[in-house]
Amino acid sequence: MRIPCPYCGERDVSEFAYLGDAGYVRPDPDTADAPRRYVEAVYLRDNPAGPHEELWFHSQGCRQWLQVRRDTRTHEILGLRVAGPTADPEAG
Amino acid sequence: MRYSIFTLARQAFSGHRRWSEAWRDAEPRPGYDVVVIGGGGHGLATAYYLARNHGVSRIAVLERGWIGSGNAGRNTTIIRSNYLLAGNNPFYEWSLRLWEGLEQDLNYNTMVSQRGVLNLCHTDAQRDAFARRGNAMRMHGVDAELLDPEQIRQMLPLLDFDNARFPIRGGLLQRRGGTARHDAVVWGFARAASALGVDVIQNCEVTGFVRQGERICGVQTTRGTIHADRIGMAVAGSTSRVGQLAGLRLPIESHVLQAFVSEAIKPLIHGVVTFGAGHFYISQSDKGGLVFGGDIDGYNSYAQRGNLPTVEDVCEGGMALMPALGRVRMLRSWGGVMDMTMDGSPIIDRTPVEGLYLNGGWCYGGFKATPASGWCFAHLLARGESHELARAYRLDRFASGHLLSEKGQGPQPNLH
Repeated sequence: MRIPCPYCGERDVSEFAYLGDAGYVRPDPDTADAPRRYVEAVYLRDNPAGPHEELWFHSQGCRQWLQVRRDTRTHEILGLRVAGPTADPEAG
Repeated sequence: MRYSIFTLARQAFSGHRRWSEAWRDAEPRPGYDVVVIGGGGHGLATAYYLARNHGVSRIAVLERGWIGSGNAGRNTTIIRSNYLLAGNNPFYEWSLRLWEGLEQDLNYNTMVSQRGVLNLCHTDAQRDAFARRGNAMRMHGVDAELLDPEQIRQMLPLLDFDNARFPIRGGLLQRRGGTARHDAVVWGFARAASALGVDVIQNCEVTGFVRQGERICGVQTTRGTIHADRIGMAVAGSTSRVGQLAGLRLPIESHVLQAFVSEAIKPLIHGVVTFGAGHFYISQSDKGGLVFGGDIDGYNSYAQRGNLPTVEDVCEGGMALMPALGRVRMLRSWGGVMDMTMDGSPIIDRTPVEGLYLNGGWCYGGFKATPASGWCFAHLLARGESHELARAYRLDRFASGHLLSEKGQGPQPNLH
């Protein structure tokens, strides 16, 4: 499996560290059902068999976090972008 | 047909042409008391103990492919009960006790071999941790011995004792641990369950659940709709996929774990040796092949195959532990899909959906648990309440904070 890093080019998977599902959003602790939302955010996962949005860290390369869309049945990389708010230059 | 030396002799006189089939390849009926989804070791053991211990008469096991085609046939066959936590140890010890009597119980040769499981340590801190775990085991009545390097040298002279990075300082040995023949375990439970009237139904994939109000009262399959009072899932590796059919979102990620076998050689390694610091463990099968493995690849996967960096990493671990392994050729490697839970421990519990029960989340430790898992899941399905030995394996422990984590790595499944 190789991941096409936007900065370094196509690199071997051994250069990357895996975090997991990219859908994690830290819940607002002030909402009434915050405990339930935290349990869902910290512990529960969709875990799909198919396309999966996930976070990889290019630890042995440019040290950027990447959001990768990958098929969990075939390991095929379907799409990729730099993770986080800096990903889209237009968004600042 | 009961298997014995007399049966064998009688069959030998007729040229072994009159052996009957070991189990019935059953056709699905419209309804059952209990349907177990998943014809691996856990599902078949559940059906067997439901019939034997609880007298449930109408039971079916539904298997998507052929029985034992999932993780039951992909593991490295190790049995042990060397756990630290009070929520884990008595469960795995009961499993080991069931293993010890399994062949007589099932009347089937599952090749249980108590050749010992040795964990190696390399620092004083690690030895302290092993002493603590060994003491915890002994307080639960489980055998554990802390060995010094000289004792290990006599058992395994070819290990690299003076490795510059990981010199061997000792080890924790459980002599009652060992290996069993994984396929035979599947066949033995299928045969024993079938003899008690259980329908073992192959090539029958569950594609949906039948609901009656809030309650689930059956399954839709590729071979028609089957109704049941209670439905148990024992589909570790695919738990999220089957759970999703019932609207469940679970604390599980699926990861791929690879395993390897070498060409057959003369006896080299008597028991099971684990080299945790190097992410490597090894044993030798009765055929002579070295069976070994390491960590999961570390990313979500349903592919049943891994990638080469992990192959290299595992082989490096083997070379660091036992340099002589470099002379042996690797024969095959394969991958299985693991239910990695958020705390590294399994789940045997009812689900929020009435009528549906869950057995899964075995991470990469499901094989050794096969008999006790079936024992406790059968208890849950028959009585509607958790078995005493499995009461820590609740699904709601993630919400209530009663996590059961041997390693304490936090909710990061690829670190367990």
